[in-house]
Amino acid sequence: MPDQLLFAMEVFLNGLMAGVLYALVALGFVLIYKASGIFNYAQGVMALFAALTLVGIMEGQVPFSHLINAVFGTEIHHFGWHLPAVVAIVLTGVVMIALAWAVNRFIFRHLVGQEPIILFMATIGLAYFMEGVGDIMWGADIKKLDVGLPQGINTWIDESTYEIFGYGFFIDNLDLWATGIAAALVIALTIFSQYSKQGRALRAVADDHQAALSVGISLNYIWVLVWSIAGFVALVAGIMWGTKSGVQFSLSLIALKALPVLMLGGFTSIPGAIVGGLIIGVGEKLFEFAIGPLVGGATENWFAYVLALLFLVFRPQGLFGERIIERV
Amino acid sequence: MSLAEQVLGHERDNEDGGWITADGRQIGAVMMEMKNITLRFGGVVAIKDISFDIRKGEIRAIIGPNGAGKSSMLNVISGFYNPQEGDVFYLGEKRPKMRPYEVARQGIARTFQNIALFEGMSVLDNVMTGRLNHMKAGVLSQALWKGRAEREEIENREKVEKIIDFLEIQNIRKKPVGSLPYGLKKRVELARALAAEPSLLLLDEPMAGMNVEEKEDMSRFILDVNDEFGTTIALIEHDMGVVMDLSDRVVVMDYGKKIGDGTPDEVRNNQDVIDAYLGVAHD
Ligand SMILES: Nc1ncnc2c1ncn2[C@@H]1O[C@H](COP(=O)(O)OP(=O)(O)OP(=O)(O)O)[C@@H](O)[C@H]1O
Ligand SMILES: [Mg+2]
Repeated sequence: MPDQLLFAMEVFLNGLMAGVLYALVALGFVLIYKASGIFNYAQGVMALFAALTLVGIMEGQVPFSHLINAVFGTEIHHFGWHLPAVVAIVLTGVVMIALAWAVNRFIFRHLVGQEPIILFMATIGLAYFMEGVGDIMWGADIKKLDVGLPQGINTWIDESTYEIFGYGFFIDNLDLWATGIAAALVIALTIFSQYSKQGRALRAVADDHQAALSVGISLNYIWVLVWSIAGFVALVAGIMWGTKSGVQFSLSLIALKALPVLMLGGFTSIPGAIVGGLIIGVGEKLFEFAIGPLVGGATENWFAYVLALLFLVFRPQGLFGERIIERV
Repeated sequence: MSLAEQVLGHERDNEDGGWITADGRQIGAVMMEMKNITLRFGGVVAIKDISFDIRKGEIRAIIGPNGAGKSSMLNVISGFYNPQEGDVFYLGEKRPKMRPYEVARQGIARTFQNIALFEGMSVLDNVMTGRLNHMKAGVLSQALWKGRAEREEIENREKVEKIIDFLEIQNIRKKPVGSLPYGLKKRVELARALAAEPSLLLLDEPMAGMNVEEKEDMSRFILDVNDEFGTTIALIEHDMGVVMDLSDRVVVMDYGKKIGDGTPDEVRNNQDVIDAYLGVAHD
């Protein structure tokens, strides 16, 4: 087999794995958007916040320690414990549910029936507020996150591909795990929203508030539920990215990776988010591989958007998005 | 002739004040009682100090000219509006301030004047969603006891299919609701409300905008629901012929006030009603 084809295959696989993660982040957007018409700009910051909280809890960091010390003249920083990753993840999950509740109770409950642009701006406010709170709570330094996921080259794949093709594929163990977990989560979320009672209620709320109320669905319950799910998705994404490149501000930018996925897949479609994520993941990696060297690289920053824009021109509702029909 | 016969034109032969209608249906005790309800929107008084009751098993009509406050009254009953004054008693107990979904869970289903369906779903899914309150299994138990969840799903499906047959919408059951003509949408909305197996069914102008034939069908369905399922029904309707045919008792509203309450014959002969309502031209 020609070398170029082998390299392309390796790139393709890496693209697929990145794509699953994009799909996961995009799903967080889709769920909230479907159920409440809110485009949640804060989704990325939620991932950052979740990762910060996870590290903080694991390392026994005292939240708001800087503030506490400044006010009371104390010198406390650590509780002096190290929690197992599993416990810390569960606790962080609880924090994210509490956050979902608070966001609904103190912000969006008061904005029911407002214009979408108002809701969107509220999420921008929320994003910067959460970023600030995250800073004050856990400090702004870059933190290492290690929940025990294996990292480094997968030697089995490396060796077996070498035997077959005479060229060993470089696949990172962390990427493999991330892909597996993200795929499991994507499948679970899809099944949940298609087949469970809560999923049916979610679709009902997405379709018509009045009608949903009349069949006994609590809108607030559904909203807290979708924000909790989005928080959980953010936590998982935060763990993957945080493990890879440390927990730092740039983590919140993964939201920007989901945006072209949404443009491609449609804002209301779960299969759209999945397929869109894969297309963007594979597309940007292959493009960088094939065209990147010719134009000096760094195409990954913009290619996804160009692809999405092109798509938008021809199919404004996205791959599987519902047709936009003007109601009269 | 007893006093009740003189007043109501029929005999009050039960302890709870109920009676048996001319066509042999049993009207029971008071199920829902509205006491001195007043509802304001800013300066507009939509309902002014109105009291009336709905008895078990009856078909109760609310009529009145446009803007009289009929829909507002239905919205108060179903918890969509909260009145500033007055109390609602349901099954003998004073109802605290409730949200619409809580009222729905108490067994009160409704349709809307402007139709509120899940436009993106099929007819079947719409009706199925009406059964949400009867779906017990949560996420976890659905995952753990697949058998039970499946049995429940089958039970719910059977009930839903029965209602679909009953309302004669089998041939459109897989169609997306958004594509249906107006008259059928109204019927699907009724099907969804029935799927909840409500004890009280609220219908806001179920026949508005329908032709004569569709109206006859809908009238028949309403009578059958009441007769076969024993469902208590409160409905708003402009077509006087329909109201006189269907209802056991009628409340008449005008400018937020109650100006008449009684059997169709009584309100027909009530001078206030004739002046305020029947004399007014209507769409
Ligand atoms: N949500 C609301 N906000 C403000 N005013 C309202 C609201 N709902 C009803 N009203 C007002 O209350 C009054 C009664 O309206 P309602 O819809 O109850 O009348 P109706 O008897 O159902 O009329 P129609 O036969 O036209 O349906 C009207 O003046 C209406 O403008
Ligand atoms: Mg009305």
